[in-house]
Amino acid sequence: MYRIAVKMLVNDRGKYLGIIMGLTFASLLITQQSSIFTGLMTRTYGGITDLSQPDIWVMDPKVLFIDDVKPLQDMELFRVRGVEGVEWAVPLYKGLLKARLDDGNFQICNVLGLDDATLIGGPPQMIQGSLSDLRQQDAIIVNDVGARTRLAKRPKEPGGKPIPLQIGDTLEINDRRAVVVGVCKVSRTFQSQPVIYTTYSRATVFAPRERKLLSFVLVKARQGEDLKALCDRIKQTTGLAAYTAQEFKDLTYNYFMKYTGIPINFGIAVALGFIIGTAIAGQTFYNFTLENLRYFGTLKAMGATNGILLRMILLQALMVGALGYGLGVGGASLFGYLFGATELSFRLTRELLYVSAGAIMIIVIFSALISIHKVMRLEPAIVFKA
Amino acid sequence: MSKNGIAVYCKGVTKTYITGATRVLAIRGVDLDVRIGELLMLVGPSGCGKTTLISVIAGILDHDEGECLVFEQNVRAMGQTQKTRYRGANIGFVFQAYNLIPTLSVMENVAVPLLILGKSRAEAHARAKEVLGLVDLADKLQVLPSQLSGGQQQRVAIARALVHRPRLIVCDEPTSALDADTGRLVMEVLRQTALSEDRSLIIVTHDNRIFNFADRIARMDDGRIVLVEPQVAHQ
Repeated sequence: MYRIAVKMLVNDRGKYLGIIMGLTFASLLITQQSSIFTGLMTRTYGGITDLSQPDIWVMDPKVLFIDDVKPLQDMELFRVRGVEGVEWAVPLYKGLLKARLDDGNFQICNVLGLDDATLIGGPPQMIQGSLSDLRQQDAIIVNDVGARTRLAKRPKEPGGKPIPLQIGDTLEINDRRAVVVGVCKVSRTFQSQPVIYTTYSRATVFAPRERKLLSFVLVKARQGEDLKALCDRIKQTTGLAAYTAQEFKDLTYNYFMKYTGIPINFGIAVALGFIIGTAIAGQTFYNFTLENLRYFGTLKAMGATNGILLRMILLQALMVGALGYGLGVGGASLFGYLFGATELSFRLTRELLYVSAGAIMIIVIFSALISIHKVMRLEPAIVFKA
Repeated sequence: MSKNGIAVYCKGVTKTYITGATRVLAIRGVDLDVRIGELLMLVGPSGCGKTTLISVIAGILDHDEGECLVFEQNVRAMGQTQKTRYRGANIGFVFQAYNLIPTLSVMENVAVPLLILGKSRAEAHARAKEVLGLVDLADKLQVLPSQLSGGQQQRVAIARALVHRPRLIVCDEPTSALDADTGRLVMEVLRQTALSEDRSLIIVTHDNRIFNFADRIARMDDGRIVLVEPQVAHQ
């Protein structure tokens, strides 16, 4: 009987394709929009992810997320270093500074100033040059995307391709000369500005004059130290906020979730995908059942129990669900593969696959339930109506 | 009853349809016997209760009052699932609109009752082929119903009604959608292949061109059997 159920569905090409298309569309939209949302949210804390060495981030208690820098006095670094359980503590400058390009245009850049002695907090991957080259005079390291795009030099011919910034090229940051000594790869930032690494002392020279310039103190805990306990100790001793890397990511993530319209906008797109998918697939599946009601009635008259019919409809629903889900997720993956190397944020996680599968499952079960309800209540006497 | 050669025994059967405040007495106190091995035609004007009566006999509808036994079984007393299974095992149907599943081939359509009874696909297809041979459609096994003429489709429906060797076959207006010659051909097939010593046929019809195929004719009017008469041609 299952074979008959499949044939009844598959051989009705128009409806079959309609249902699959509805589910594919829903699955594609749900997976793709959720992946872009996840990618975007990952970018909000990309700066934290890239710094793998420190266990704890220390900052002003009023900081709400990573880009919400509220500078500290330099002496806070020494207070943190004095806390019991701290293996080491280094300064980190983080600020948005204007870089003047060779064509005279200005570009806001995300400048990170690393501890002069240790260079802790450097980029996760160097493409050209090495991190220690930052010790050269006026040295900076730029990220590859920034070097290729926003910081790129004018093309040699009008209408030509911009020339990526390379080692040896110079910029002006806040009227100070900066020489590119390396190109690195970093996580894309939320605002997609170019990322520039330099030393802490040079960053404070680049930065406009302010009394406080220390953005964060990066802390490594002694081996075996309980991170939560150390955070509490730092808070009590210095009056500053101290978060583990994960807590700081969560703080940043929650800020964007709570105070920006991003989740709502993506939520609407995902909900639309779900609703439209339900409407198209549900309606088409229901129509399919309605058109086949006479035949379900015939089967019932010929001895097919409600249980058999229920299983037939469920099989049909699960089959189109699996196909629609597979095609939709495949489409979303292809989209991610094709546009993954662009500005587009796309992060398809295993959890998202489960969420998408769950959503499609709900759609097909909902569609099947309406049809099942109709078939269960069907009087087999319908077969005698001409 | 079957010991006495009776397939269907109805005594004082009534059935009322209730829609909101409207009550329609569709059959009112029907007494009817159908003998094993006979072809009984149930005739009468539209709306006289013929289809309701065969629905009751086939266990598709429950009657309100009276007694209706099919091969000594009180189908009304059975649970829904038991009733459905009983129908599947003992009754074959031929419908006015054929009701062949359009997306299945002729052979698959005919095999359906056996698949419902839990037979294997190979077994069901083998038997379907055999029965399609009886109705002279052995060369149309893989054809879709839409590719057949009306008469051929009705022969497929007859094969489907026969395939699981039911003891009772119920036909609802089997010739009303067919022209006279095709209708006659279908009735010949029905008599030759469906009727046997241990099987009965009840045919609901108002097509008087086929009355001569009946063993007996039960005339209905306004929900009652008004006359049961033998058909001379087959006596």
